[in-house]
Amino acid sequence: MYWNKEIECMDRQALAVLQTEKLKKTAKKVYEKVPFYQKAFDEKGIKPEDIQSLDDLKHLPFTIKNDLRDHYPFGLFSADQEDIVRVHASSGTTGKPTVVGYTKEDIKKWAGLMARTFVFAGGNKNSVIQVAYGYGLFTGGLGAHYGAEALGAMTVPISGGNTKRQIMLMQDFGTTIIACTPSYALFMAETMEEMGIDPKSLKLEAGVFGAEPWTEAMRAEIEKRFDILAIDIYGLSEIMGPGVASDCEHKCGLHISEDFFLPEIIDPETLEPLPYGEKGELVITTIDKDGIPLIRYRTRDITALHAETCACGRTMVRMDKVLGRSDDMLIIRGVNVFPSQIEGVLVEIADVSPHYQIVVDRVGNFDRLEVQVEVEGSLFSDEVRRLENLRTHITAEIQTVLGIGVKVTLVEPKTIERSMGKAKRVIDNRK
Amino acid sequence: MIKQISVFVENKKGRLAKITDVLGQAGIDLVALSIADTTNFGIMRCIVSDSDKALDVLKQNGFTANTTDVIVLEVVDKPGGLASVLRILDDADISVEYLYSFVRTPNKNALILFRVENIEKAIDVLGDGGVKLLDSQEVFNI
Repeated sequence: MYWNKEIECMDRQALAVLQTEKLKKTAKKVYEKVPFYQKAFDEKGIKPEDIQSLDDLKHLPFTIKNDLRDHYPFGLFSADQEDIVRVHASSGTTGKPTVVGYTKEDIKKWAGLMARTFVFAGGNKNSVIQVAYGYGLFTGGLGAHYGAEALGAMTVPISGGNTKRQIMLMQDFGTTIIACTPSYALFMAETMEEMGIDPKSLKLEAGVFGAEPWTEAMRAEIEKRFDILAIDIYGLSEIMGPGVASDCEHKCGLHISEDFFLPEIIDPETLEPLPYGEKGELVITTIDKDGIPLIRYRTRDITALHAETCACGRTMVRMDKVLGRSDDMLIIRGVNVFPSQIEGVLVEIADVSPHYQIVVDRVGNFDRLEVQVEVEGSLFSDEVRRLENLRTHITAEIQTVLGIGVKVTLVEPKTIERSMGKAKRVIDNRK
Repeated sequence: MIKQISVFVENKKGRLAKITDVLGQAGIDLVALSIADTTNFGIMRCIVSDSDKALDVLKQNGFTANTTDVIVLEVVDKPGGLASVLRILDDADISVEYLYSFVRTPNKNALILFRVENIEKAIDVLGDGGVKLLDSQEVFNI
């Protein structure tokens, strides 16, 4: 089944013509409307009218997450503020989020992209889609919600958490597609088993899982426990939100919606584009967006692209499951976490940078974040009360900045392992 | 006034053994000892024969330690003995952060160590109340 067969199965040459037209328009728009891009294009000595083919993409400047932060909140918007109907935001390293804006038309297109994703998962207007991604500034909830509605499915906007209620509604409403993080899906399966409910007894047919890295082993486990099709979706708020790419039923890579997004793979060191099949950093240019189109946005996600037509008949390029990053960003319970955010909090509290270590574990399919802080110098007090206050203070500040729970442990100096004199900041036991 | 050594101790097997080992190797005698513990960490507090040296060797061995001024006083070892001292401090509005007792004692009296909020004032009111306070020399000579 297709959402838009003509586009999804388009001949790649015809697609390139369509993409080139859209790229030209986008380049012209950002050059005219966004001073940041005008400057970046000028510095590269390129004008929008110089773009003749997709091959010219490599001459355009990159955009990085910091560029959005530096122009906080709306500095990279191409649309006038009066045309923006919604904003979303993701966490930032300095406490300031990165903000993206959508026009009415963008919201409609995004809904179409997410509807396309639900069709990949076997959805149609008879589906009951339970959206258990968080609603709010995070793009997951509302992104999936509008897609489910655009598809004509019965949409259950339950948002994240409240697991027993999720399970009750899945049973009572006959939910056929669940949209949530893969670790939450497994947590739901466990809760059901504890409640004496067989996850296989649900009407559930498929799950649309994303917002965090997960392995093929996790996919196999989810599929087995629920007896469903588990598809991986990819998206990021800077680019659009969920709906940028998605598995089809063959699960042989995520089809990127190339009528909206131009993907490239680059070598993160040399920044040179790499051919299909080679592993590198995924770079995306949005070519059909009005609110905040981005040119060559460096996602920092490591993957490879494959252009052979898929068994499902779609010609859209497929990306491998993302299993790495070219920076130190962690994704914990769907939230982007940079070690520098945690370091920022510690420096503020301790006045100097204490030695610390971030330990991420997956306990019972739930990601747990622990921050170990070495107690040294002025951090130490002879009084238990003060040390407990310190611990509570650090915990509260980190939770405010990250928006997720954290366990803070005070440890003795030099207990955190140093390699080559430099402390190892992150231990991710989930891999 | 007496200098007490406080050491941060992680709740991990063998840590106390390591601390006492470091002190023992340096020939430092423990006169009094107390441990405050929480679910996450502990603080070992002690009076030693040479607090400056103890602080040095602990730091050299990577421990976080500092010194705190405390008072040590003699309390008659009979019912109500400690209460009478605490009454003096309470009447003077001085809060006690913590206290612990010595193992070795002179005469028939108990030796109690106090960590209080306002140490100067505490010394004054206790002196006025006729409580015997010990100096470092007396403590080490017990």
